[in-house]
Amino acid sequence: MDGIAALYIFMLAAFTGYEVISRVPVILHTPLMSGSNFVHGVVLVGAMVVLGHADPEDPVQLAIGFVAVFLGAANAAGGYVVTERMLAMFKGGKKEGAQ
Amino acid sequence: MTAKWFIDASYFGVAIVFILALKAMSSPVTARRGIVWGGIAMVAATLVTFATPGLANFGLMIVAIVTGGALAWWSGKVVRMTDMPQMVAIYNGMGGGAAAAIAALEFARGEVHGLVVTTLAVLGALIGAVAFSGSCIAFAKLQGIMQKAWRLPAQNAVNVILALATLGLGAAIVIASAVDPNLVIAFFVLALALGVILTSPIGGADMPVVISLLNAFTGLAVGFEGYVLGNPALIVAGIVVGASGTLLTQLMAKAMNRPISNVLFTPIGGAAAGGDGQAIEGTMKEFSALDAASVMRYASKVIIVPGYGMAVAGAQHKVWEMAQLLEEGGVEVVFAIHPVAGRMPGHMNVLLAEAGVPYDKIFDLEEINADFPQADVALVIGANDVVNPVARTDKSSPIYGMPILNVDMAQNVIVVKRGKGAGYSGIENALFYKDNCRMLYGSAQQAIAEAITHVKALEA
Repeated sequence: MDGIAALYIFMLAAFTGYEVISRVPVILHTPLMSGSNFVHGVVLVGAMVVLGHADPEDPVQLAIGFVAVFLGAANAAGGYVVTERMLAMFKGGKKEGAQ
Repeated sequence: MTAKWFIDASYFGVAIVFILALKAMSSPVTARRGIVWGGIAMVAATLVTFATPGLANFGLMIVAIVTGGALAWWSGKVVRMTDMPQMVAIYNGMGGGAAAAIAALEFARGEVHGLVVTTLAVLGALIGAVAFSGSCIAFAKLQGIMQKAWRLPAQNAVNVILALATLGLGAAIVIASAVDPNLVIAFFVLALALGVILTSPIGGADMPVVISLLNAFTGLAVGFEGYVLGNPALIVAGIVVGASGTLLTQLMAKAMNRPISNVLFTPIGGAAAGGDGQAIEGTMKEFSALDAASVMRYASKVIIVPGYGMAVAGAQHKVWEMAQLLEEGGVEVVFAIHPVAGRMPGHMNVLLAEAGVPYDKIFDLEEINADFPQADVALVIGANDVVNPVARTDKSSPIYGMPILNVDMAQNVIVVKRGKGAGYSGIENALFYKDNCRMLYGSAQQAIAEAITHVKALEA
């Protein structure tokens, strides 16, 4: 990838992250943390690509690649489940009384 | 080429959805929808990646996804809300570990070329490895596997030397023309050790900040490895999390009035407790559940300050039951939450939400602190440091300057506590010795249950 273009992406993404998060109220900070944890679970995609390119004859490469995909998948799935569980409770907290 | 174009376009869409998903978290109403979209985007990204041209080892890949995903899915479903912080920590560590493993495999394949790419690969590997081992330690501590915060004799010196050695090895990898496997292995070993050494001395009170910081680290590592792989989806998602995690860490550190450098380098430990500045005067006065119930029942305003002690006792449902009873009797009841109550920022809000407390009854420190003098009763349940007036007065105390809930300014203070010992951070609490403070000993669960019985009796 073009180095300067990547720098632009880094910079814009950093500002975006900062701006998006600064509007989140304190009561949602825990779900926010696990939600952002879920988002970096996209590392799974990168792990799949490197395992996919690993030499099938080389057990060391396969092992490292397996670990990468395993950890990435756990990050994504775990992050999603706990965030969803917490947010479901917040919704219930207010809506149930109203219904 | 068309497949490549389609995959890139999909990643672009996925990155947008991730940002919108995080944005949806600015309101409890939209937050859940946001995470569901995010989940769909994640599944889409995974499926599309299978179509990447030139991939092999699909069998192994699927086994890894299914086992890793299923294990985490199951553990996430069964974990209790009080144990949530360590689960978030361990999932985060896995992301960091994945980023580090990606770098390791790229080195093993000899696929890292060029100064910028190698530098970012090394940085990503370093940060990812630190996040991985650091998160494992955080998990072990919060889970109670690792009970004590241990410090080396010259902890900070060791930190610095180890960090410099790791950076030195990293620089050697960047400079070297060909990849030397021994160098890379040594680098990873040192980076993992660095994560352990940095987090081991940190006490539980500082844990929320550390978890948040490690989350930001993993984001950065993912972003850097995204650059190495030429995958903008990883760059955007990783850096967005890196930036947001940094902001969150700053907010937390501010809430405790502890600069991040202090959290890392001068942790609050039992030994630092009870600074010899001012001696605490007075005695602890015991109270019965009946007395507590009657004081609250005939009050016009009660502010409840829940702490982690309430959460571990699983007493949040009982507390909400009592609050509702008091409200039926015409007492105004609200909840006051310190930003670092619990083991993660906002953790206590989640626990109260679990018990069904509507969030218009929950106030944070800034919103409620001025109301304490008008409150007849402040009921402190299993909270300690966040209500310790020493933070206002005693310059020698490790928590001096930390914003606290001004519980001591209420007409009456009732503290529910299991025993007379000092709290989580080991700092003696001056509040307990104040004239307007009464101690109600017992587990939160049992003390509140008794109070409920008495409130009901008073009603009849």
